[in-house]
Amino acid sequence: MNQRLTNGLLPLVDECLPILAHDHGFEEDEGLELTFVRDVSWATVLDRLLYGHSDAAHLLAPLAIATTLGRGRPAQSLAAPFVLGLNGNAVTVSNELANALATDGELGDPQQLGARLKVVAQEKRDAGRRLRFGVVHRYSSHSYMLRYWLAGCDIIPDEDVEIVTIAPPFSADALKAGEIDGSCVGEPWNSIAVENGAGQIVLATAQIWRRGVEKVLALRAERLDEIRPQVESLIRAMRRAGEHFVDPANWDTNAAILARPEYCDAPHQLVRRAISDRLVLTPGGPVRDYPDFMFQYHEAANFPWVSQAEWLYSQLVRWDRLEFDPDEAERAARVFRPDIYRSALAGTNDPLPTASSKVEGSVSQALYASTQYGSILLENNTFFDGKSFDPDALEAYITAQK
Amino acid sequence: MRIAIVDESAPRASIIEEGLKALDGCEIFTLTTRDGLLARIAEIAPDIVFMDLGNPSRDVLEEYFAVSRALDHPIAMFVDESDDDSIAASIDAGVSTYVVDGLSAKRIQPLLRMTMQRFEAFARLEAELAAAQGKLAERETIDKAKRILMKSKGVSEPAAYTELRQKAMSSNRRIVDIADAVVTAHELMGDT
Repeated sequence: MNQRLTNGLLPLVDECLPILAHDHGFEEDEGLELTFVRDVSWATVLDRLLYGHSDAAHLLAPLAIATTLGRGRPAQSLAAPFVLGLNGNAVTVSNELANALATDGELGDPQQLGARLKVVAQEKRDAGRRLRFGVVHRYSSHSYMLRYWLAGCDIIPDEDVEIVTIAPPFSADALKAGEIDGSCVGEPWNSIAVENGAGQIVLATAQIWRRGVEKVLALRAERLDEIRPQVESLIRAMRRAGEHFVDPANWDTNAAILARPEYCDAPHQLVRRAISDRLVLTPGGPVRDYPDFMFQYHEAANFPWVSQAEWLYSQLVRWDRLEFDPDEAERAARVFRPDIYRSALAGTNDPLPTASSKVEGSVSQALYASTQYGSILLENNTFFDGKSFDPDALEAYITAQK
Repeated sequence: MRIAIVDESAPRASIIEEGLKALDGCEIFTLTTRDGLLARIAEIAPDIVFMDLGNPSRDVLEEYFAVSRALDHPIAMFVDESDDDSIAASIDAGVSTYVVDGLSAKRIQPLLRMTMQRFEAFARLEAELAAAQGKLAERETIDKAKRILMKSKGVSEPAAYTELRQKAMSSNRRIVDIADAVVTAHELMGDT
């Protein structure tokens, strides 16, 4: 008899691993039966998780940390034993803003694009109508990546430009109607905006942080203890799904699955673009190949590095205008659970990093991380501004970014 | 007490509104479109906001409650820790509740109860409607199959129905499934 597990999801391409683990039957091989509850807002995904409608959820990594720290509602401890993927989001701007930025139909260089954006943002601000960017949630990697990039280009978020929350399904319409001038959302919503002629993709979040942490599999910490065997089964099934997902031979099949109404409910062709790292950036434009736009499998991409949680905490403190608190930092760090990931995959051939933390952004050239079998190659992991994040110097990092 | 009902389902919103109107001292505002949602909320300055869980604007509204200075009193998700069960029940019913800071749980409870009841009643109505529509569609399929049999075999209507029923019984399937097979086969033969 298979063990059941209910998983909350939003219609996004980066929910791919649980969906494919289910659709290809990898879960059954692990004695697991997954069911999905599909919603249209993160608030509802979170409510269902906290009140037991779902056992696990596809969740924004910063939201898992904010919930644990009690930002916006009473604190409830969440646990993230698996990173569902790295990056996969993009900055899309209205055609008008693209013209003002003199983009050339390619992904821009983050520094140069930021310098031009600074000029436009200043003009707009002086004219009394600040540029407005939409993000999916205030506690999202989209918000933190966008803010990191803007601030790094000397554009002050919330002062020089406005940042508002917008539900991804409405972002294309909002761009077209001029309600927002740009957005940072996941796929398929950027491609849909391009397809509708509403805007142009000018930057991938992978250009801001080459290996930026995105969604996580989140559970209530208590629930994780109760159903740990099922969670470990799910982790193994999702690693198999990841191996399947990154094989170009499977792109068509997997795009067709993810495109279905019960999952992303999006055109097959648009889903295929995202999962193959091949995007169309401008309406009617050519296909552009941007390797590692989404990063779901290699280099132990799903390993929940504690240092990733700590970086997210540093951004939460930064943008919620809090003070560094060692106790909160500790609770935030403990949301990521490499111990569960290791325990799930012990005894498989999967490489398991022996360290739980690493200096983020330090890898500008290939680096080897040791695992139980020797080592794995970690390629480029830079931040666009060349800075690095040393989790041992968390407080200093937070102080320096004020 | 000023109450805003945010629900993209206009029929459900009006059913809730009707229920709450029966309670004393409630001034009710119903918002069924996302256009200008935040501006309307600012204008209304509600004490309580009820919103359906399936509303795509929830994150937008929560963000607004969390950071906006347009409202005199901060609004937050109603999570009374002393009464976690009622919140779980409201999530079960499909409604989220936001209240202004300082409003006592005692004043909120009757409103919450009424809203939940109405949500649940609406869900039941919808299920009944779906079942009724399903039955109607089944009837149409069976009628179509009967007509096909009558025409192709030259039998009477009762005889056509008997044939469908017997086939269903002998193959341990529902009559509508047999009828559906007949209709599909007929369409495939291109003889419609």
